[in-house]
Amino acid sequence: MEIIQFIIANMDLIGERALEHLTIVSVAVGSAILTGVPIGIAITQNERAANTVLYVASIIITIPSIALFGLMIPILSTIGYGIGFLPAVIAVLLYSQLPIIRNTYAAIKNIDPALREAAKGVGMTSVQRLAKVEIPLAVPVIMAGVRTAVVMNIGVTAIATYIGAGGLGSFISRGISQSDPRQLITGALAVSLLAIIADYGLLWIQRRLTPLGMR
Amino acid sequence: MNAAAYQGVLRRVAIFTGLFSIFLLGVVTERMNLVVDITQNYWDDITYLMVEYIYLVLISGGLAILVGVPLGILLSRPFMLRYSEGVMQVFNIGTTLPSLAILALSMSFLGIGKTPAIFALWVATLLPIVRNSYTGLRAVPSFLLEAARGMGMTPGQLLLRVEIPNGLYVIFAGIRTGIAINIGTAPLAFLIGGGGLGELIFTGISLNELGMMLSGAIPVAFLAVLTDFLLGQIQRFTVSKGVNPDA
Repeated sequence: MEIIQFIIANMDLIGERALEHLTIVSVAVGSAILTGVPIGIAITQNERAANTVLYVASIIITIPSIALFGLMIPILSTIGYGIGFLPAVIAVLLYSQLPIIRNTYAAIKNIDPALREAAKGVGMTSVQRLAKVEIPLAVPVIMAGVRTAVVMNIGVTAIATYIGAGGLGSFISRGISQSDPRQLITGALAVSLLAIIADYGLLWIQRRLTPLGMR
Repeated sequence: MNAAAYQGVLRRVAIFTGLFSIFLLGVVTERMNLVVDITQNYWDDITYLMVEYIYLVLISGGLAILVGVPLGILLSRPFMLRYSEGVMQVFNIGTTLPSLAILALSMSFLGIGKTPAIFALWVATLLPIVRNSYTGLRAVPSFLLEAARGMGMTPGQLLLRVEIPNGLYVIFAGIRTGIAINIGTAPLAFLIGGGGLGELIFTGISLNELGMMLSGAIPVAFLAVLTDFLLGQIQRFTVSKGVNPDA
């Protein structure tokens, strides 16, 4: 009961924090799409480059988020942004690389050679093939990678509150330090709800972006 | 310029950049007194907290594997099929929950200390393991099952000799994901009184003591990468060659 009252009384603050949270995740995942998709397409040309890139990205993703924040503080504080928005965005950007690059790479690699052949046959240049055949066919798989990245990074951003990035995690961190179950549960519920909504929302977008012939 | 020469140049640039960044890292480390911090000032803390950290991971991760794999196998049995789709829906939602939220909920119901921390880590690790064990066994091609039944295998033999060996790669992938989540979340256990290397990281951040913070962050990152590598090797050598994409 107390918790519901707390949530109603603090609706504005929750909305503000949720917006902060979403800003970090969307700026970072947005830039991760801009870097990851071209990298994923580029490495389809060279098996060895692909293995190296995927290996590096998989090592980055195993580094625990709080350790990554820690490792970035001394590096970023040389330009005066050791804590706050920037390290959170960079961490999310790095973590998003693996799901996005891996899915882009797998999707482009797995396109039926017959389709590529047909596109060549109707006289498309390689750029046209990429833009009109390969990317449209790969979009659902790439979106699945984006979805994985977003859901995972909503959790990472919650932890980023400890390096001063704000977001919904601040309810949890305050709840812990003040031993206040109201803030604790509000924060946990809000972050979880955000992750679930993002998961379903992106699934819906993924279905809408799937070309009609593939549904 | 032909492709081979181009690759040669590229490799030289890569090696040079690598060496240069190692050099820069060395300079920064020396300037920050990090070597002294790690090897002298915080060495006792690091070893003590590392033991605590590994204890958290081993107990919660071990229990999660011991419970998760059998649970996944149980859910994939034919007589459970009626319920398993519903249960998997719950597990799918569960895996989207952020680990900090699981820790927070665990603290609000169980209080502070090692037990709530281990419980939260166990839950966070369990979900991907159950999910992958289930999907791994369900994805075994039905013609294999058919053939095994045709040879007269009992359901028990079918499970042990056909389904588990064929699903093992996916099961291992789940264990790797779960343990990676576990190791990544274990530093946060400090926040709810579970101890471990998180103590150095969080205290270092709030005191703005970079040496202290890195004394926690570097071992945590190292342990995470090492564990994932070791699990990857185990996966590579235990999963039978015919169904192992890595071998």
